[in-house]
Amino acid sequence: MTAPTPSQTVGPFYGYALPFVGGGDVAPAGHAGAITVHGYVYDGAGQPIPDALLEFWQTGPDGSTTGAPGSLRRDATTGAVIGRNGVDFTGFGRVPTDADGHYVLRTLPPGDSPYISVCVFARGLLHHLFTRAYLTDSAEDQLLASLAPERRATLVAACERDRVYRFDIRLQGDSDEETVFLDFG
Amino acid sequence: MTASIERAPAVPAPEAQADIDREMAELKRAAAGKPALLHPARDYAPYRSSALRYPKNPLVVVRDPEAVELSGPVFGVTDTTELDSDLTRQHQGEPLGERITVAGRVLDRQGRPVRGQLVEIWQANASGRYAHLRDQHPAPLDPNFTGVGRCLTDDEGRYQFTTIKPGAYPWRNHLNAWRPAHIHFSLFGTAFTQRLVTQMYFPNDPLFAFDPIYQSITDDKARERLIATYNHDLSSPEWSLGYRWDIVLDGPSATWMEEGR
Ligand SMILES: [Fe+2]
Repeated sequence: MTAPTPSQTVGPFYGYALPFVGGGDVAPAGHAGAITVHGYVYDGAGQPIPDALLEFWQTGPDGSTTGAPGSLRRDATTGAVIGRNGVDFTGFGRVPTDADGHYVLRTLPPGDSPYISVCVFARGLLHHLFTRAYLTDSAEDQLLASLAPERRATLVAACERDRVYRFDIRLQGDSDEETVFLDFG
Repeated sequence: MTASIERAPAVPAPEAQADIDREMAELKRAAAGKPALLHPARDYAPYRSSALRYPKNPLVVVRDPEAVELSGPVFGVTDTTELDSDLTRQHQGEPLGERITVAGRVLDRQGRPVRGQLVEIWQANASGRYAHLRDQHPAPLDPNFTGVGRCLTDDEGRYQFTTIKPGAYPWRNHLNAWRPAHIHFSLFGTAFTQRLVTQMYFPNDPLFAFDPIYQSITDDKARERLIATYNHDLSSPEWSLGYRWDIVLDGPSATWMEEGR
């Protein structure tokens, strides 16, 4: 196998390059089934991280894993990013944290899957981190079943109210605080 | 409001390059006796911003990623415009600096091309300044250069950008810290697990030895994979200098799993 290209940090200045208009609005406009997933990203001192970039990838509501192009759809006249067309479900979201370390994703519940895949980038992080935001605590789930209760809890979003989920990410902390991150080998 | 009469907390003097150099040398020695790491360790202390941003608990190994993780976002003709890959034509005038062509292929670990996938780049201008509000380096902004590019790979996995060579720039990791010239790259594979964000460097940069971000990759061979090669055939007469850089994405993908690991 060919050796891979090593990772390097996303650094502090990706802000005018990677985020795009409506990056967190994955649910088609006005869809009655839309859910909100939101939360904070924290560092090892419990401080919110204002310069993290989160990416989300998930199955469509029908369980498909094919996604659709058009997350970064462009205006053909000006070239400006105008975002998704409001009809197709691209399955992909990209959200930078705000100055207070907060992010918001509006999407549809993943079909045939209890979680949304998450990839975390940040200044200070030399190699991105993968995790899963579980919307339901599924007893049959292989990964959840393999974890100690206090670790498992870091992967399960809290349902704050109907269709609104809270999923915080802590990059560093004790085993009951630090989010479980995944190594796919 | 009354002015505070409390003493401000003592601000530690910035560390010297020699302190960082010593730590980097120690970590390189420690790594030499072990199997080579293909990526930087997230807890690489000489890069000071890492201190509170790396997980202390071991990552959980997922031997059988699920179908959703072995697939990934897709992009198409609506997601890029032709102008996106030429960073020298995004404004009314020509940017200052040395015009370059950066081209290469995006491959998986089996050497197969990653087709039709999104490649995104961003970089400082020729003076080493980003068009970012928070970059306060007192080097001139260039009204004709933003420093953002995108393209989709072709059927052979090829990408190509026209841009200008970025300048080195200072940062505050320690006293007199300077980043070697680099272009930030963001890449997608066919699987979300293959996602990569990295930086491309230029050959023979005198700042390599002093930079804890570059040196966070402790294996010499792995580190050198981030350096583009000057390629004279890619240079255009009376127009631009050519650099070639191929990218190999790590991580399992559905096609890789099908063929057995
Ligand atoms: Fe940079």
